[in-house]
Amino acid sequence: MTTTSIVTQAPSKKMRPRLSFISGIGLTGQISFWVIIAVALIAAVGPYIVPADPNAVDLEYAYYPPSQWFWLGTDASGRDIFSRLIVGSRTALLGPLAVVAMATVLGTVLGLVAVWFGGWVDALIVRVIDAIFAFPGILVAILATALFGAGLPAATIALSIAYTPYIARIVRSAALRERNLPYISALQVQGRHGFAISARHILPNVSGLIVANATLCFGLALIDLAALSFIGFGVQPPTADWGAMVGGGMSGILQGEPLEAIAASVLIVITVAAVNTLGDRLVQRSESRA
Amino acid sequence: MTDTSSTRAIATRKVSRTASLAPTGAFLARRVGGLLGTMFVASFVVFGALYLAPGSPLSFLTQGRSVTPEAIAQLEAQYHLDQPFFMQYLIWLGGVFKGDLGSSIIFGDSVSNLLSQRIGNTALLLLVAAVLVLLVGLAVGLFAGLKPGVFSESVMVAATAAMAVPGFVAAVVLMLVFAVQLGWFPSYGMGDGGFDSIWHLTLPAVALAITSIAFVARLTQNAIRSEMRADHVQTAISRGLPYRFIVQRHVIRNAAMPVLTAAGLTVAGLIAGSVIIEQIFQLGGLGQFLIDSVQKKDFPVVQAICLIYVATFIVLNTLIDIAYTLLDPRVSLGKKAS
Repeated sequence: MTTTSIVTQAPSKKMRPRLSFISGIGLTGQISFWVIIAVALIAAVGPYIVPADPNAVDLEYAYYPPSQWFWLGTDASGRDIFSRLIVGSRTALLGPLAVVAMATVLGTVLGLVAVWFGGWVDALIVRVIDAIFAFPGILVAILATALFGAGLPAATIALSIAYTPYIARIVRSAALRERNLPYISALQVQGRHGFAISARHILPNVSGLIVANATLCFGLALIDLAALSFIGFGVQPPTADWGAMVGGGMSGILQGEPLEAIAASVLIVITVAAVNTLGDRLVQRSESRA
Repeated sequence: MTDTSSTRAIATRKVSRTASLAPTGAFLARRVGGLLGTMFVASFVVFGALYLAPGSPLSFLTQGRSVTPEAIAQLEAQYHLDQPFFMQYLIWLGGVFKGDLGSSIIFGDSVSNLLSQRIGNTALLLLVAAVLVLLVGLAVGLFAGLKPGVFSESVMVAATAAMAVPGFVAAVVLMLVFAVQLGWFPSYGMGDGGFDSIWHLTLPAVALAITSIAFVARLTQNAIRSEMRADHVQTAISRGLPYRFIVQRHVIRNAAMPVLTAAGLTVAGLIAGSVIIEQIFQLGGLGQFLIDSVQKKDFPVVQAICLIYVATFIVLNTLIDIAYTLLDPRVSLGKKAS
């Protein structure tokens, strides 16, 4: 067999120059990366240094205009909008992060198992993935709300299940290409266990694509969770959340006080735009390196 | 969320299509078989959800409301709670095929009756949004792809930005600007039919369609650009063939199928987004009724609407997939596709 000579040529991690996470994604990708880091920093330390108590209700100061005390004014209950935006960045980021983490782990395992075993295992997993794929994320989350009541945990778990097929499909098709390369059969001939080959050789080679698509899923999950909080099925009051603030600002819009809804909307759009751009660039990068 | 998902759907679809190794009849049979299989699993999930809920199905359905013994007897009869689980599912599925979706706990009326009053509003909203996506998305993408320049580039930057705008944010902003401040459009309701309804649906449809328009525009532009760069097009240009002829004959024809497929999948994806939009603009369709029923804990209605949405989504996806495979002469059923 010629496998040994092929193994020496097989793509190895050490042959590639060491590249940082943000190299090769262009200027827009890097700007997006730093925007995300900034939002994450705000979410991490912001709640400790906000100028006002985000949940302090004072009806005398309802719809108070922007001023030195309330930088972005107050909402219908007289709560400081600026402070609530800062505190709300936590749920806005942690929710999608949990969704993406669960969906990625589940989807990666499903994809790798399907590829490694093939045959009826693959067929079964593909069928299950197709069936879940037929349920849009929002619909699964609404169904979960009907079953378990409104709240972030039910919505997060429901969305993780709904997002698993995306990751699983990507992992499956990428791992399938990898599986048919000669170095895998070489490892098999050497008697390596299927689990070890999947985890230590296939997974690292498809990880770039997984990270890229997980990033795109993060943007989608942020939108879905914000939409759920917006209609009152996600984050529950009085907890501050961007989506819930857009929803709470609806009454303000009809009364000519749109600041709360606008400010929260702007933050959602900026964050999603940064995440999407970074995701797109990462996908491009992993495709060009493949 | 639908736009990126549909790109991925296409990406993975290609894999499954390469596996088809039989002529058209067998291909159709397998696609329809897959459709039925997915429908079966999906309906099972929607029905089985009742048993995922905490507590017994009966206590979940009544939700601590004070209900008369007759009402309880009726619920037991409706869900056949005295039967084993799988029999309950089969009886329920049989009822669904006959158009019997049970009866609402809140309204007492039959669910199919309640839904038939509202399904038209949802269908109209989806129709207007779909027309917007196809017309505007394809036109903008075509223009930007064929006439590169500062204007096209800025349109594409705007499209990229628009893809980051969630439907509900678009709805809120449109309502603020065009309904509250300018007063050009009504902010809620469906109007009295005909042109009035279209007028009432303008803002909701734009809000629902905006992400998909941006997605389709970007996709079209990319497809047109890459066809323009293709060797046979460059050759045709260098041979001095008329520009119109090259564009119509070589560029648009080659770019059309993948773009139309992706656009079709995007339109199918509008279904999920319409729930939120209907709620914001109080359109009185299925989506608003769904949210309403979740809040009122009217589970038979929730079940029925979820089933309708999922079934529509599956059928549309399968139809688009079949159409793509059968219409594109380059996708040979007998050979590996590209």
